[in-house]
Amino acid sequence: MQNIISVANLSKVYASGFEALKDVSLDIQRGEIFALLGPNGAGKTTLISIICGLVNPSTGTVLADGDNVVTEYRAARSRIGLVPQELTTDAFETVLATVTFSRGLFGKPPNPAHIEKILRELSLWDKRDSRLRTLSGGMKRRVMIAKALSHEPEILFLDEPTAGVDVELRRDMWEVVRQLRESGVTIILTTHYIEEAEEMADRIGVIHRGRIILIEEKAELMRKLGKKQLTLQLQEPLHAIPDGLGAYGLALGDGGNELIYSYDADAEQKGIADVLGALGKAGIHFKDLQTSQRSLEEIFVSLVSERS
Amino acid sequence: MNLHAMRAIYLFEMARAGRTVLQSIIAPVISTSLYFVVFGAAIGSRMQAIDGVSFGSFIVPGLIMLSLLTQSISNASFGIYFPKFTGTIYEVLSAPVAPFEIVVGYVGAAATKSIILALIILATAGLFVPIEVQHPFWMLLFLVLTAVTFSLFGFIIGIWADGFEKLQLVPLLIVTPLTFLGGSFYSITMLPPVWQKVALLNPVVYLVSGFRWSFFGTADVHVGISVIMTLVFLAICLGIITWIFKTGYRLKN
Ligand SMILES: Nc1ncnc2c1ncn2[C@@H]1O[C@H](COP(=O)(O)OP(=O)(O)OP(=O)(O)O)[C@@H](O)[C@H]1O
Ligand SMILES: [Mg+2]
Repeated sequence: MQNIISVANLSKVYASGFEALKDVSLDIQRGEIFALLGPNGAGKTTLISIICGLVNPSTGTVLADGDNVVTEYRAARSRIGLVPQELTTDAFETVLATVTFSRGLFGKPPNPAHIEKILRELSLWDKRDSRLRTLSGGMKRRVMIAKALSHEPEILFLDEPTAGVDVELRRDMWEVVRQLRESGVTIILTTHYIEEAEEMADRIGVIHRGRIILIEEKAELMRKLGKKQLTLQLQEPLHAIPDGLGAYGLALGDGGNELIYSYDADAEQKGIADVLGALGKAGIHFKDLQTSQRSLEEIFVSLVSERS
Repeated sequence: MNLHAMRAIYLFEMARAGRTVLQSIIAPVISTSLYFVVFGAAIGSRMQAIDGVSFGSFIVPGLIMLSLLTQSISNASFGIYFPKFTGTIYEVLSAPVAPFEIVVGYVGAAATKSIILALIILATAGLFVPIEVQHPFWMLLFLVLTAVTFSLFGFIIGIWADGFEKLQLVPLLIVTPLTFLGGSFYSITMLPPVWQKVALLNPVVYLVSGFRWSFFGTADVHVGISVIMTLVFLAICLGIITWIFKTGYRLKN
């Protein structure tokens, strides 16, 4: 089976009457890293909570590797690890005890070697006998990841795993996530750091006001939506675009010192060559050039603002 | 059946008690000793024997029941309320565990703790007054049944409570009065006839009476009725818990 998670027509109306998810359908492919993006309150945590059994769905079904998460919850949940958004830990437990507890809870026989391996990978081994209340926020976050990994899940949900985590630790976590993917774990993460999705994800989904508004391969998304720009620093400033160059949609920048050419990633090669050729013919010389690509963040902001 | 999970929850809860072992043992031992100093020695010396049992000995089963009830409720309600309060309950809810297994873990641990406590109180009481247990099997049966039943009741309160006040409310407003009025320190036959009838509405009467019968062979109500009433209350608690897990009441949104 290609899809390890299959969400069909899922909706959620909270007791307050608020409709947090509206007819969401989504398939997660085995072995991928899927990044779920969306502004605050979009419904990311709600979606994850339903899949993991923390919130009851109002309508719709979720299958985890073929097992319905409500009716066959035992089979479904034993495959799923969850690192929730909120940092919640048993303050008085030790790191080792709490991670060992998680493994038992998920029905796995004790395996101290596996627990040790995880704690070492997450640089927690030295802290194994520390009580959780004595740990910093970033370490607690790693403990929560260790708990989720303790029972060897096939599917891992990371709800904003790097919120409040410093740059170095964030890189470490990316590395851990990559290794997990290598070992065959499917990963679904949410994040507000777009560069994180850009860096890690195979596919990206955008959720907005309870609806999935886009699901796309990251590379494809960048290609489709990722406008590129060529900026030329001119030797002599221009006051207007010369007549012969009107067809290329050029613009002037920096008071006439820069010439900006925007193009689709599709038209890449030919477009640039043509423009540069035309410039040469028109006798326009430049001292430097850069190309830039619209970041995922810009894409995401424009997608969301189109809708609101 | 997820035996590993039941074991994990049970041991987690027992370990939690282990950290506060001083409070959970010293406190009841001291309060029991105080009861004996006051009721047994000071007041008891002026009291007549009840049903041929000296007052000091007579109150032992009631005292044990009092602690058993309050400790079962507070152990179990706190055990489930606390992870709800801190949010760590997410893990239990997302784990491949059946409601039955969750209940066995939490309620089993709470009941174990209060049974150990009851035995400690019994031993402490033995230092003050002579104690003989005529029906040890029934004594243990009542102990276990009561501990399990009221741990289930505490579990329900812990799920229902959405603040620390509510957690205290039920034990304080309902359980303690019922226990004191339930014949812990007297035989309900000592009450005026009307109040004897009223007392029969109090479930604690049946527990104390049955438990006392297992010690002294005398009872306010027939021991069979005591057992049945306890089982009825147990069944009601189980029914409520089944409903809680079916609907996700106060556990899931
Ligand atoms: N228990 C609840 N009762 C009522 N409404 C809720 C409840 N939980 C969440 N909501 C609402 O549902 C919406 C989606 O919340 P959710 O936590 O899923 O958002 P999110 O995408 O995870 O946001 P964030 O990025 O801030 O974590 C929000 O408007 C929130 O207020
Ligand atoms: Mg969220």
